[in-house]
Amino acid sequence: MKLTTLILGLCSASALAFSAHAESITIATVNNGDMVRMQKLTEDFTSKNPDIQLEWVTLEENVLRERVTTDIATKGGQYDVMTIGTYEVPIWAKQGWLLPLDNLGADYDAKDIIPAIAGGLSADGKLYAAPFYGESSFVMYRKDLIEKAGLKMPDAPTWDFIADAARKMTDRANDINGICLRGKAGWGENMAFLTAMSNSFGARWFDEKWQPQFDQPEWKKTLQFYVDLMKDAGPAGSSSNGFNENLALFQQGKCGMWIDATVAASFVSNPKDSTVADKVGYALAPDTGLGKRGNWLWAWSLGIPAGTQKAASAEKFVAWATGKGYLDLVASKEGWANVPPGTRTSLYENAEYQKAAPFAKMTLDSINSADPTKPTVKPVPYVGVQFVAIPEFQGLGTTVGQLFSAALAGQSSVDDALAAAQTASVREMTRAGYIK
Amino acid sequence: MARAVSTQTKVGWTIAAWVIALLIFFPILYTIITSFKSETEAIAGFKLIPSGTLESYAEVQSQSNYFKFFMNSVVISVGSTILALLIAIPAAWSMAFSPTKRTKDILMWMLSTKMMPAVAVLVPMYLIFRDWGLLDSRIGLTVMLMLINLPIVVWMLYTYFREIPGEILEASRMDGATLWGEIVYVLTPMAIPGIASTMLLNIILAWNEAFWTIRLSTTNAAPLTAFIASFSSPQGLFWAKLSAASTLAIAPILIMGWFSQKQLVRGLTFGAVK
Repeated sequence: MKLTTLILGLCSASALAFSAHAESITIATVNNGDMVRMQKLTEDFTSKNPDIQLEWVTLEENVLRERVTTDIATKGGQYDVMTIGTYEVPIWAKQGWLLPLDNLGADYDAKDIIPAIAGGLSADGKLYAAPFYGESSFVMYRKDLIEKAGLKMPDAPTWDFIADAARKMTDRANDINGICLRGKAGWGENMAFLTAMSNSFGARWFDEKWQPQFDQPEWKKTLQFYVDLMKDAGPAGSSSNGFNENLALFQQGKCGMWIDATVAASFVSNPKDSTVADKVGYALAPDTGLGKRGNWLWAWSLGIPAGTQKAASAEKFVAWATGKGYLDLVASKEGWANVPPGTRTSLYENAEYQKAAPFAKMTLDSINSADPTKPTVKPVPYVGVQFVAIPEFQGLGTTVGQLFSAALAGQSSVDDALAAAQTASVREMTRAGYIK
Repeated sequence: MARAVSTQTKVGWTIAAWVIALLIFFPILYTIITSFKSETEAIAGFKLIPSGTLESYAEVQSQSNYFKFFMNSVVISVGSTILALLIAIPAAWSMAFSPTKRTKDILMWMLSTKMMPAVAVLVPMYLIFRDWGLLDSRIGLTVMLMLINLPIVVWMLYTYFREIPGEILEASRMDGATLWGEIVYVLTPMAIPGIASTMLLNIILAWNEAFWTIRLSTTNAAPLTAFIASFSSPQGLFWAKLSAASTLAIAPILIMGWFSQKQLVRGLTFGAVK
């Protein structure tokens, strides 16, 4: 009896002592399906690393961005791992706010990361954030509706084909819109789509001397094409639609086509939520024959702030969450279709994944065709496909997004919206010192 | 003599009151309705009858520890209210019964601090919290919310105290009451309805405060506002889950408001009719 008590006491004491020594790391993240799944699977990490405890802070994307920016700029030290995107990484790395990921372990295989994604998360040849899931954008279309319209979707369509198909697929009497596109104002909302689209029309945000280019004919062509197309074949109230609104419309069978993030493919092809799951086809984002397609590049990634006191533990976690082993873990627990996409080349060579995700090849082709370092037809002084990687872009992008959203809603003309965008951009870029 | 009011007028006013009340309550009602829908149903369009599924509640519960956020909300809102009352009662007493020529200016200055946008002082406050080790602490958030709501508490108490005749306090002084005795045994019992309604209103304001509570907390001190914020998703449907989280977050304060509505209304209309 006494011996048992003694052993139990020693066990409790050692457990207490052990937990007292466990290091706790705080991870800031967004509430996306893949992130939520990761939180549920962390037991695998903590069982392999019993000396590390994980604390999660989940926030809305914009609040998260503001929170982590405040914390990292003031060296608040509240977070040890941050979920950030391809927009933040080059800017923050340049400011010295992120630690380079040099010690992810011998078995991490950083060379397996898709080159376009790795390029977007690197600065001066060093990786500053590890991709958790990556995406481009492509066309998701209804195979039955396009067939009914007497057309066949090519793997690499042009904008003219898309516009023609959208108008032919539109059936207002049956509440079917030929095309659903983002219209909600915001640098990561309508401007992500329109900036990528403008690249394929030969437009650019700035010339080599940082002069705004909204007064050029390429932007006029882009915006006029978009507004006309949405007027003829888009859903009512499209100036309020973002990713989620269009996802709901497509899943309910109200869109003939939807051009948006490749990650949406797993949602629209899931029979649990989508009424059109077995009728969806995929194609590359459209072009106009100028050499650039209207697709973007984004990766939700895990970075370690320079102010953390727990860099070694944080790096262990990043290596676990973004390593090959994690993909196998998700596949074993929830199936290959639920594996976070768009980060590793080896995933797209996996026959089981190809079988579970019919959109896999098109996703990889889309990601590979986006080049953040040369995003436009004409040369530009910035990095970024659907954004300009400068700190001022969040504010400016949203301002321009509001002007373009107003043009879509019919509150202003295309010409007026472009003129106002040019004025706002010149003012902001002069104030920020880019234009001397 | 009371003015005669026709039945028609009475019915008219009653209907108008119900319509206005329903309009005010409708956003909360629709949030509750949406929480009992599936995600696809929630985004499909306006519909007042939900399918009645509890899947959003189950999902919310599986993703977060509601009780931890709830306890933080209770501690922070009640703590900041008690702290605010401890400071505001003597302050309001002084301004109501021993005013100086600067009293009005001080009151206006206190109120003017509420006019400044919170984001303007975010970085300085963040730095102070960081240097004093108050980030993500209940003490830090309690003090912060006390400071935010203190002007309103002082103003409300000042208004209530002004309705109390100063002669009663003078009489208590003549009977030998000390300053402490005057405030605790004479003034406070007479102003109980006003203090109670100020307290309730302050708890509600502190419970719902989102700007500072989200920005100054991470895991240990995060209250229900942070709990709600965690269910908004940029890629994936979330309205039903967000509504379920909101319903769980507002339920305690709604229940408290329901049980204390008599006190609340009495306090808010205290001195309104002379």
